[in-house]
Amino acid sequence: MSDPNGLIQPGRAAPGFALPATPDGALLGPEQFRGRPVVLAFYPADWSPVCGDQMSLYQSAAPVFAQYRAVVLGLSVDSIWSHRAFAESRGIEFPLLADFEPKGEVARSYGAYMANGEAARALVVLDPAGTVTWSYLSPPDVNPGADGIFDALDQLAADRKVMAG
Amino acid sequence: MSTPLQVTARLRDPVTTDDHIRGPADAAVTIVEYGDFQCQFCGAAYPNLHELLRQRADTVRLVYRYFPIANVHPYAERAAETAEAAGVRGRFWEMHDWLYEHQDQLDPVHLSLGVEQVGLPPDELNAEVENRAHADRVRRDFVGGIRSGVNGTPTLFVNGIRHDGGYDLPDLLTAADAAANA
Repeated sequence: MSDPNGLIQPGRAAPGFALPATPDGALLGPEQFRGRPVVLAFYPADWSPVCGDQMSLYQSAAPVFAQYRAVVLGLSVDSIWSHRAFAESRGIEFPLLADFEPKGEVARSYGAYMANGEAARALVVLDPAGTVTWSYLSPPDVNPGADGIFDALDQLAADRKVMAG
Repeated sequence: MSTPLQVTARLRDPVTTDDHIRGPADAAVTIVEYGDFQCQFCGAAYPNLHELLRQRADTVRLVYRYFPIANVHPYAERAAETAEAAGVRGRFWEMHDWLYEHQDQLDPVHLSLGVEQVGLPPDELNAEVENRAHADRVRRDFVGGIRSGVNGTPTLFVNGIRHDGGYDLPDLLTAADAAANA
């Protein structure tokens, strides 16, 4: 079961946080990337086969994310050591954040924590000001792909054009 | 309260004459495969897709698009660009088949031998691949795939709708027949 309060919805300010991240354990959070869209990809665990595919997929799509100047952050409750080995084995260069202590605190604050102690498989896109613009909860065993993320990033770019015009 | 929303992914880039297509042009069922030549699951699906085309020769055609996951498969991009180099010479499917039948031999040395076996000049193709002459085409396929909801390899779209079932022959026959009768 996912969080009874449900996944964070569009229009809400993204809760701030700073978590140890690959590769070097430096503290990272969305506030450091204001001015750019931020994609938060919560996933249940390093090493489970579906996650491997999902995070590998996002790494392989890095040039497309770059076109949107979007920052991708992967988050699970695994420790930085697990993240590091996982990132190395999959060639994942974007940061994986360890929501490890207090366990799952950030996932909980986004409504993306499951009763079994893992993060839900949830995608949250933040606009450059740090407001949630799109969120999506996938069944834990289904890799949601990236099409929804890119649609949200397109929408953000279109909205900005309208505001500028 | 947010509930899991099941969105069926759909192919966004329609099949065109630029695509690599195997099977009759007027087939009732078009299967678009996004594949990675170094992916073992694509390798496992390859003979089944082959057999599907044989058993449904009048109704099914296969379109192949490149989806190299380079961070996991170091030879995948080069293999894709080599297949495209063969493709511009009218030998795409011969090269495609060689690659899937020799997935343990995708390093540059063996790949050159493969190009030779397909009957193409390895030095010429190597030079094109080194110059990244076909990188844009591979990238275009990849981006179209990721925008369509490709979530791993292989991903198949059967008449434009993502196939979320298995890749064994019975699964593929069932999916193709359902699409043909839809």
